[in-house]
Parts: sequence; structure tokens; C-alpha cells
Amino acid sequence: METAIEIAGLQTHYGSREILKNVCASIPRGKTTVILGGSGCGKSTLLKHLIGLLKPTKGQILINGSDITRMDEDEMNEVRKKMGVLFQGAALLNSLTLGDNVALPIREHTRLNESTIKIMVRMKLDQVGLSGFENFFPSQLSGGMKKRAGLARALALDPEMIFFDEPSAGLDPVTAAGLDELILKLRNVFRMTSIVVTHEIESVFKISDYVIMLDAGNVLYQGDLAGLKASDHPRIRMFLERQPEQETYSPDDYFKIIAGD
Amino acid sequence: MPSGPKPAASAPASASWPEAVLGALGRRVLSLRGDIHDAAKIINDTVHWTFISPFKGRPIRFRASISEMVKAGYNSVPIISVISLFVGIILALQAAYQLKRMGALIYVANLVGVSLTRELGPIMTAIIVSGRSGSAFAAEIGSMKAAEEVDALTTMGVNPVRYLVVPKLLALMIMVPALTIISDLVGIFGGFLLAVTALEIHPYNYFQQTVNALLIKDVFTGLLKAWAFGIVITLVGAYQGFKVTGGAEEVGRRTTASVVTSIFLVVIVDLFFTGLFYYFT
Repeated sequence: METAIEIAGLQTHYGSREILKNVCASIPRGKTTVILGGSGCGKSTLLKHLIGLLKPTKGQILINGSDITRMDEDEMNEVRKKMGVLFQGAALLNSLTLGDNVALPIREHTRLNESTIKIMVRMKLDQVGLSGFENFFPSQLSGGMKKRAGLARALALDPEMIFFDEPSAGLDPVTAAGLDELILKLRNVFRMTSIVVTHEIESVFKISDYVIMLDAGNVLYQGDLAGLKASDHPRIRMFLERQPEQETYSPDDYFKIIAGD
Repeated sequence: MPSGPKPAASAPASASWPEAVLGALGRRVLSLRGDIHDAAKIINDTVHWTFISPFKGRPIRFRASISEMVKAGYNSVPIISVISLFVGIILALQAAYQLKRMGALIYVANLVGVSLTRELGPIMTAIIVSGRSGSAFAAEIGSMKAAEEVDALTTMGVNPVRYLVVPKLLALMIMVPALTIISDLVGIFGGFLLAVTALEIHPYNYFQQTVNALLIKDVFTGLLKAWAFGIVITLVGAYQGFKVTGGAEEVGRRTTASVVTSIFLVVIVDLFFTGLFYYFT
């Protein structure tokens, strides 16, 4: 298995609160890796580190063998040209049309002429099933269409790897399933490395080749899907079987909590 | 326990009062240091992407700059004209109130011309522009920050400062002086209107008096101030916008803060320049 991203000893803080404790994981090339975990386990924070938006307190992130935590802005931008990111709310620029949104990275990083860019934009929008929408503004679209347009923009420069932050959040089951199909297509047709952050267990079963499960800032499990299903770790079982957290206080503890000291 | 101020209400019961006081002081200093760091970073990035990187093959977004100029400059011509006209009239009336007691009504022209070009034109323009455009900058950048659009720009390898702030800075550096010229002219015209009607000064005399009273340096120092105000307004708007971390409520708070801060800083910068010009021109 060839690795695309290697995470070693990653530790990070928000202020004085420790979010990621000691994350070590590797993400295989050409496969779909799902980063899984409950709310607040640090999976979005991990994603922000992988795309270079946050710098860790300690540790390394090797993308194609070079450490992005030590890169300056210019070197990082070279790496960013090879990655696409689909944000949770799609993060399309509301002041631009869909066409201009998709064209933005192409215009910034290439010197292609306008007619070539137009054709590329139509191709990308067609790839996500939005042909004919290039003159619409993001505010005129539904949530699912925005996500797909965001995906078209992420694909604009034909990246090697693509990151999804909660792709199915806020979408109905049918639209979410459509997005899962698109992710599968990217792997099967283009051999793209996808990294998906989610807590939707159904979508995990459908799309993932490789799973990294986080819990309270640590890696709880990494490996293939079959291994995850077979695991008998209580936290993993609770997650897979949708069981609520069992939190019981002793009467004394409860009194301390409500008394506030 | 020594007698002294009571421990701060929020401090844990275990902390003694010096600990609480020093702790509170420390948190203040740290947060102030953070704010200074953020402001310095925005100033540094803005200067870099406006004045240095265009010479290294990363051109300025020219079309976006034009559209910002239209929004911040052209669209505020009516409001600035109306306000300047009225201020010119008011100024002439107030001047006449004192000057006519000495029979020196013709000096209304001097007072209106000099105070508008040196002071009131630039500062009124700056206040209107910070209300119209400075707040719009903060709101635009702030809501983009809240919707992860700024993060999206970064991950596409597009520097948010270059993409969002530089066109606005160029627009205001050109448009605040341009609007100031309009404000000067319209304000003087307002004073002229009042003088030739209510004060019964001969139009030609008023015109001659204004031309003789004004020096090139009066107009020029006013425009230099206006240019500096444009920079201050843009930087404050951008700073407040990029400071947004939460949602809509914070965008509103930051927008208000941007107007208050930029008017405050405009007055400070005005004081500085006026002092400078008083001694060195």
C-alpha cells in the first residue's frame, strides 16, 4: 500500500485546550479514506491541519514525502494546487457565478485563455451534473447543488487528492447518496485519493476503503472497513450500533456539578 | 489573609487576590498582544500584496479594483455632494454671524474656502466613507470568514488579502481624495450660494476672494490627509472582518466596531497630519 499522507505524532491546542493528543496515521494513495468519529473528537481539526489551514503544536504531516507543517506560504501553495477541498457549506464565493467560482483556481494558477477556461468550467460542472448552471449565483441553488458546485471547483485543477468535510451534512438521504456516488466515481474513474471526514455511518460503509477513527484526540482504529466492523472495542461498537453514551454520576458527583464547584 | 481588595468574583475560590489580579492583568496583556499581532499581520500582508508582489509577477486584480471604486467612490458622490453643500452653507452662515459685526463679511469666503479644503472636506468625506464602505468591507469579509469562504480561498492557493483587501485599498486610496475634491468644490459652492443671496456679496468679489485666500498647499495637504484616511478605513475594515470567528452576530458587532474604530483613527491621523503641516509647511 502506497501512502499519500503520513501523519506522525500530531498534537494541537486551541488556546490551552488540547484537541489532538498524539495522532499517528497514514492515508493510502488512490483510495477513499474516511476519518470517522463523534462530534468534538477533533476530526475537523485534523482536516484543517491536513489542508494547511492550521499549524500543529507538535508533529509532522508528510504529503508526498515533504512536511507541510514547516513550509512557507509559497511552498504550501504548490502543494495546494494538487489538492481540492469541499467545505461543509460548500464555501462558494457568493459574489461570483458558479462558472466564475469554478474558474477562480484555474485563472489564478494557469495562463490559459478565456475560451479554454470556459470549456474546462463546463466540463467540470458537467462532471458533477450541473451543466447549464454556469450563470447562476450560489444563492439561487439548493444545498445539494451548492455542494456539487463546490466539488466542481475542488476538481478544477485536476487535483491528486481531494478532501471532503462532512459531505452529507444537511442533505436529504437521496442527495447525500448522490454525493457518495460521485466520491466513488472519483476513485474508480480517476484513481483520486479522497479523504472524507464524516460521522454518517451509512455513508462510511458505502464509500470507504480505509478508515481512521478518532476518539477524544487519539486514533482509536485505523485499517480497512472489515476490521472496523469486526472490532469489539466498546467505543467502536457504540458508534456502529448508535448507542448513547452511558454517563452515570454518583449522587455526590452530581451534587458537585450542579452546585458549581 | 491581608486586608485589601476582594478577590474577583470570577476567580476560583482557591486563588488568592494577588493571583487573581495578576491573572486578569496577564489575560488582558495576552489578548492585547494577540490583537496587535493580527493587526500587524494584516498591515504587513496588505503592503506586501499591494506594493511589492505586483513587481514579482503577481498582478493586482484590476477589474475588481474598478468595481470597488464604483461601489466606494462613484456611488457615494450624491450623499457627499448633498452633505458638503449643506455644510458649506452652514459654515458661511456661522462665519457671517461673527464677521458682520466687524463689517468684514467678505472674509466669509476665506473662512469657507480654507476650512473646507484644509479640514472639513477630507474629514467629512472620510466619515461618510467609513460609514458606507468601511462597514461594508468589514461585513463582506466577516461574512465570508463565517461561511468558510476565506478558508476556501486559502486552500485554492489564493491569498485572501490579495484577493479581497488590495482592490479595496486601491479603490479608497484613489477615491477618498477624489471625493474630497468634489466635497471641497461643492462645499465652496454652498458658501457661495449663501453669500450671493442672503449676504448680498457680489459673486465676482466672492470668487476672487476665495481664489486669493486659497493656497495650493491648503488643497494639497487636504488631499494627502484624505489619502491617509482611505488607507486607515480599508485596514480597519479588513482587520475587523478577518477577526470574525463566529457567526452572524459577530459580523454585526465587528461591523459596528469597524465604523467606530475607523472614525476614531481618522481623527487621530488627522491630528497627526495637521500638527505636522502646521510646523513643517
